[in-house]
Amino acid sequence: MSMVGTRVIRKEDPNLITGRGLFTDDVSIMGTTIMAFVRSTEAHADIVSVDLAEARALPGVLVVITVDDLETQELPGAFMRTVLAKDRVRFVGEPIAVVVAEDRYIAADAVELVQVTYRPLPLVITPVEALAVGAPLVQEALGTNVCFEVPWPQEQIDQVDRAFEAAPRQASTTFHSQRVHPVPMEPSAILADWGPDKLTVWASTQMPHGLRNCLSSFLGVPQHQCRVIQPDVGGGFGAKVQQYPELFLAPILSKRLGRPVKYVQTRTECFAIMCSGRDQHHEIDVAFDDDGHILGLRSLIHADLGAYPDLPNSFGMPTLTNWMSSGCYKIPAIVAGYKCVLTNKTPQSAYRGAGRPEASFLAERVVDLIADETGIDPAEVRLRNFIPTDEFPYKVPHAEVYYDSGNYPLSLHEALRLCDYENLKVERDRRNADASEKLMGIGFSTWVEIAAFGPRGALEGFGHIGSYESAQVKIQPDGTAIIATGASPHGQGTHTTLAMIAADELHMSIDNITVRSGDTDTTPQGVGTMGSRTAAIAGEATKQASIKVFQNACKIAAHMLEANPDDLECVDGLFQVKGVPSKTIPWSQVGWAGLSPTLLPDDIPAGCLESTVFAEPTGFTYPAGAYVCVVGIDRDTGHVEVEKFYSVDDCGTVINPLLAEGQVQGGIIQGIAQALFEEMVWDSAGQPLTTTLMDYLAPAASDVPSIIDGRTNTPTPHNSLGAKGIGESGTIGSTPAVVNAVVNALAQYGVKNIAMPISPQRVWRILNQAQGA
Amino acid sequence: MIPPKFDYVKARSADEALAALAEHGEDAKLLAGGHSLIPLLKLRLSSPSVLIDIGEIADLSYINDGGTHIAIGAATTHRTVAHSELLRAQVPLLAHATGQVGDPQVRNRGTIGGSIAHGDPASDQPAVLVAIDAVLVARSATGSQREIPAGEFFRSFLETALAPDEMLVEIRVPKIPGAGWSFQKFNRRAQDWAIVGVAAVLDGTSAGIGLVNMGGTPVRAKATEEALAGGASPAEAAAHAADGTDPPSDLNADPDYRCHLARVLVGRALHEARS
Repeated sequence: MSMVGTRVIRKEDPNLITGRGLFTDDVSIMGTTIMAFVRSTEAHADIVSVDLAEARALPGVLVVITVDDLETQELPGAFMRTVLAKDRVRFVGEPIAVVVAEDRYIAADAVELVQVTYRPLPLVITPVEALAVGAPLVQEALGTNVCFEVPWPQEQIDQVDRAFEAAPRQASTTFHSQRVHPVPMEPSAILADWGPDKLTVWASTQMPHGLRNCLSSFLGVPQHQCRVIQPDVGGGFGAKVQQYPELFLAPILSKRLGRPVKYVQTRTECFAIMCSGRDQHHEIDVAFDDDGHILGLRSLIHADLGAYPDLPNSFGMPTLTNWMSSGCYKIPAIVAGYKCVLTNKTPQSAYRGAGRPEASFLAERVVDLIADETGIDPAEVRLRNFIPTDEFPYKVPHAEVYYDSGNYPLSLHEALRLCDYENLKVERDRRNADASEKLMGIGFSTWVEIAAFGPRGALEGFGHIGSYESAQVKIQPDGTAIIATGASPHGQGTHTTLAMIAADELHMSIDNITVRSGDTDTTPQGVGTMGSRTAAIAGEATKQASIKVFQNACKIAAHMLEANPDDLECVDGLFQVKGVPSKTIPWSQVGWAGLSPTLLPDDIPAGCLESTVFAEPTGFTYPAGAYVCVVGIDRDTGHVEVEKFYSVDDCGTVINPLLAEGQVQGGIIQGIAQALFEEMVWDSAGQPLTTTLMDYLAPAASDVPSIIDGRTNTPTPHNSLGAKGIGESGTIGSTPAVVNAVVNALAQYGVKNIAMPISPQRVWRILNQAQGA
Repeated sequence: MIPPKFDYVKARSADEALAALAEHGEDAKLLAGGHSLIPLLKLRLSSPSVLIDIGEIADLSYINDGGTHIAIGAATTHRTVAHSELLRAQVPLLAHATGQVGDPQVRNRGTIGGSIAHGDPASDQPAVLVAIDAVLVARSATGSQREIPAGEFFRSFLETALAPDEMLVEIRVPKIPGAGWSFQKFNRRAQDWAIVGVAAVLDGTSAGIGLVNMGGTPVRAKATEEALAGGASPAEAAAHAADGTDPPSDLNADPDYRCHLARVLVGRALHEARS
C-alpha cells in the first residue's frame, strides 16, 4: 500500500510532546557565556557618546564592545547597515553595543549600565511622511527615502490606458496590508563555539547551509572548518532567513574570548528587532464592464521596509506581489510597479506568504469591489473572470510568470457546495433584516499563489547558492535507511513527509527510515526551508535518490536469488521473483550485501546503496483554492466573530493529509489574525507600542473557529510527485475572505472598504456613524 | 526579560511574612502567584530588593462560612475560588467572574488576594468586590487588623489603602444567594484583560454595579444604580452607566468607545440579572 496520501502521524512528535526536543537554548557546553544587546531607545538620533566603563567594570562581565571594536563592520545581507549601529540609530531597538557575561543576570545588569547619549533627529514613520517634500532622510547618503523602485513600464501603461478608455466602468481604491510580526514560539537564538580548529554554530535558522556560507565568508573561515547545526527550531515563518547581527557577533566574541557564546532573544526584543512582514500600501484602479468582466488593472505599491531592508528579500516581496496581482483571473491588461520606502521602524522582510498575501488581498478585494459596483453576486463575478481551465500553462499579461496548472471553477464550486451558499445567503438576509440578530456577512477568496521556489535561477536572485534541494539516501548494513536532506524544517513535519516518499520507493517500512537534517557537516548542501518548497523539491530529490538505490538493491537481490533484476518485486521489505513468495531476500540481507563486496555481483560496487540527488524543478508551482468566511457582527459592540470558515485547497498531490491540514489551519489562523487582530504599531515618536504578547494580539485557539476543509487535486507538471506545496496557502488565501465577509455584512451601511485589523472599535465607529446619519 | 537582583524570603506563616514586611518596609514586595509581579520584574518596571513569598502559606488559603458572609483567605487560588461550591451557591457572581480571569495557567497559580492587592482596575475581581460591598481585612506586623470596605480600598491606578507594612489576609464577601447577577467581560482575545467589564447584582430595584477598566480604580456605576432606585427602566438606567467615569485610552479603545461599551454591557448585565 502506498504511504503517500495517507494520514501518517508525525515522526517528530514523540520527542517534541514529551519535552525531549533539543532547541538551541537547550544545547549546553561547559564554559558557555551569555551575550546581550544594548539597544536604541530612539527611533532616529545621532549617537553622541557610548560609555561602556561602568558595564565593563561589573564583576562577571567579560567583554563589552561597540561597532568600533569590529574589524568588519558592514552587516551582510542588509541594506546600508552595520553589525552594530555606527554614529546613528535608525529604529527603536537597533543594537548599539553588545555585552558578554558569565550569566544572563549579569549580562542584563551590564546592559543597564551602558550609558548612551543621543541627539534626536526628525523621523519618518509612514511612507507618506517619508515621501513628503523635505522629509527627514533615513539614509542621508542616498538622498531619498526611496531605496528601490520598479516603475510602470511605458508599454504596459499604454496598453492599460487603452483598456481603461474602452471600458464602460472603472473604480479606484486603496489598501494597506498592515505590518504584522511572525511571532515564532522560539525567538532568535544562537550558540557559537569557535575552538582551535573549527567554528561550530547552533542556530535557530531556516537555512543552515546559507548561514554557514555567509558566516564563512564574513569571518574568513573556510567552509570545512565552519559547521552550522540547526537543532529543533520553534517556527520561523520567513523571519529566520535573514542575517541578523547576533549571528555574526556570537562567533566573533567566541573567538575573542575563547569560550562559547550564547544569545537567546527575549520576546520583547524579538518584536523590536526580528524582521516583521507585509506593510504594503496599494493604490488600485480597475476597469470592468457591466457584466463584471475585468478589463484592466493598475497597481502601485509603496512598500514600507523600515530602516534597514534585508537584501534582497525585502526588495523582492513587492516583486512577488506584482507577479501575482492578477490573481486567478484572466485580466487582459495590467500595469504594476512599486516603490520601496525607508522609515524609522524595524526592518521588514519575508513573513509566511511573503508578498503573495498582499497580492491575493489586492485581487480578491478588487473582485468584490466589482461585485458591489455591478450588483452581481461575488461568486458569479469570480466564475466569469477565472482563467479558463484549458488555458494552462497561463502567462500573466504583465510579467514572465506562467501558471502551471489549475482548475479554479472546480475549487469554487466545491466551496459553494461545502458551505451551502444558497441557504447561507437566505440566512444572511434574514439576520441582517432582524435587529435582534447579529449582522452576518459572507466573504470569498479564490486565491492563487506561487510556490516551490524554484526553477534554476529563481533563488539565486535572492542570494541563495541555488534553487534546488538535496536528499541523500543511505542504506545501512542492516537494511534500514538514513536520509540526509539539505531541507531544514522548523516545524513542518518534513522528516515524516520525506520518509513517506522514500518508504514507497524503497518498498520499506517507514519505521525503518530516519531522516536527518540541519547539519552542514553531515547533510548535502541545501538551500533551506522557505517558499513552500520542501515537499515539491526535497520530496522529489528523495524520490529520485530512493529510486536509484532501489534499482541497485534489486540487482543485488537478483544476484542472491539468481534471477533477473527486472523480474523482481519487493513486498513488505522482502525481495522476491514476481509472484513467487516462497523464496525471499529481506532488505537486511540486501543492505549487508551492499557493503560486503564478496556478496556483490562483479559489476556492482560497494556503496551502491547510497545516492544523492539535487532536484531542480522545471518551474514554479501555483497552488490555489477557494475559501468562504462567515462572520457575525455584534451590532452594539462592533465585535466581529468568524462563525464559519470553509477552505478548499488545491496543492496538487497531497503527501500527508494530516500535515496538509495542519499547514492550512495554522496558515488560515495567521491570515484571520491579520484581518482581525494583529498589527505592529509605532507612535509618532517611533516608539513601538506592541512589544509584548499582551499588546500584540496574536490570537489563541479559543479566538478562532474550527476550519471545515475540502480539497481538489490539480497536479503540477514540474515534479513527478505532482505536489505544489501548501506551507503558505492558508495565510495567503484567508485574509481577504475575512475582510470581504465583514464588508459584506456592513454593505447595508454603505461600507465598501475597511482597514485592517478590523477591531471592534473600528466597526463600532462605522455603525455609530451610520446610525447617527 | 531578566529581573533585577533581589533577595528572596520564603514565609511559612502570615506572621513570618508580616515580620519580613516590617523589617524590609517599602523595599519589599509580597509574592503570591506572581502573575502580576513577575512580568513587572522581568520588564524591569518594578525592582523591589526583597521578595517575600507567601504563595505556600497554608493559613492564608481557605474559604470559610462566616455566617452572613464568606471569608476567603488571600492566598486562595483563582481556581479554588471559581470551583468553590460554597461560593457558587452563596456568591455565584464572584465564583463566575473568577472563572473568567486570564487563562487556566493564571487561574491555577494566581491568587485572589494578589489580584486585589495589585489594584489593577482592568482586573475582574476588584469590580465584583466593589459591586457587592465586600470587606478586605488587612493585618500588620504589630498584630493589628483592620477591615476596609472594598469601596475605600482602591485609591488610584495600582494603589490601594494598604500601608507598606500591611498585608491583605482575608476577603469577606456577603452572602447574596437570591440576588440576580451578571458578569459581562468584553475583550478581543479570551485570555486578555477586559477592555470593559461589568459586575452587577440586582435585588428588586437595589443594584450594585461595578465597572472594570473604566477609570484608575474599579468604580460603581452610581448614576445607573440611582436611576434604578428611582424607578427607571433598565434601559434608561443603563444609559447613565458611564456617567462620571474617566476611562483610559489604549490601542483597543478610546474613552468614548469605552463609555459606549459600559452602557451596552450594563444594559446586558441588568437584563441578564433580572432574568
